[in-house]
Amino acid sequence: MDLVQMQKSLQDYTKSLFLEGILDSQFLQLQQLQDESNPDFVSQVVTLFFQDSDRILNDLSLSLDQQVVDFKKVDPHVHQLKGSSSSIGAQRVKNACVVFRSFCEQQNVEACHRCLQQVKQEYYLVKNRLETLFKLEQQIVASGGMIPAVELGF
Amino acid sequence: MAEVLLPRKMEIPNDPSKFGSPDLLHVLAVDDSHVDRKFIERLLRVSSCKVTVVDSATRALQYLGLDVEEKSVGFEDLKVNLIMTDYSMPGMTGYELLKKIKESSAFRQVPVVIMSSENILPRIDRCLEEGAEDFLLKPVKLSDVKRLRDSLMKVEDLSFTKSIQKRELETENVYPVHSQLKRAKI
Repeated sequence: MDLVQMQKSLQDYTKSLFLEGILDSQFLQLQQLQDESNPDFVSQVVTLFFQDSDRILNDLSLSLDQQVVDFKKVDPHVHQLKGSSSSIGAQRVKNACVVFRSFCEQQNVEACHRCLQQVKQEYYLVKNRLETLFKLEQQIVASGGMIPAVELGF
Repeated sequence: MAEVLLPRKMEIPNDPSKFGSPDLLHVLAVDDSHVDRKFIERLLRVSSCKVTVVDSATRALQYLGLDVEEKSVGFEDLKVNLIMTDYSMPGMTGYELLKKIKESSAFRQVPVVIMSSENILPRIDRCLEEGAEDFLLKPVKLSDVKRLRDSLMKVEDLSFTKSIQKRELETENVYPVHSQLKRAKI
């Protein structure tokens, strides 16, 4: 694949993530903060998000598996995950966390288990898509090309 | 907000005080989230601010010298122009941090901005009543930071301008162009 084709693929792929609602405009904010002096900013923030999320999801699984679920522990974790997913533009993860929190408030254990599964699903989805996105970017840079700016007209 | 300093020499761009170059607006950012710390730091740097980031209210108080009980004074020589803190943090909240800052003699004049992902009106009211400068909904936008920065610079510009006008000098020749703001491609 030549450079122009790769750049087009990247643009199409990025657009699809927005159209599917996996990412929202906050991700664009992150990209706009990246420049020649900070060329890895987006991947650095996203990496932090992955690290935080892996830890939180693990803690949530443990908390919900207890005989008696302590919602005072569960809710802050979900709140944290909601916050960080919102900060990087992982819209579907954020929305799943909002639903999760409402069931935490109701102290509905069964529903919370379902919510956790939903959050995990959305998280693995966005993680997979972003990892693919970064790979595409790396291929372009390795071929001596520039990452095309995301067009906002869709 | 600040007293007017009448400079004796025309060395203003090199003056490290807050009436110096726009680059030297020093912001202390407080947030327990890794992701948000990285994000706010970048937003502030792109807006030509000097940034210090800490991960808790306790560390913020240590940085300001307000952590020792008897000393509600703080480090008098430390120049912080703005404090931005998350509201919900484990241990001490941003609200409690706000109160401690407003109780201190060294830092009560420093504007404190609260950031929160939750749009809870009573929370916002409480913070504003306690003296918060502003309350920002997360995720914070670059435009929020620029607006804050501009309003802070205006206050300093205004008092500085008055002192310059007294000496019948042109302020345009004194301030460097805000070229740093062009880095953020919006």
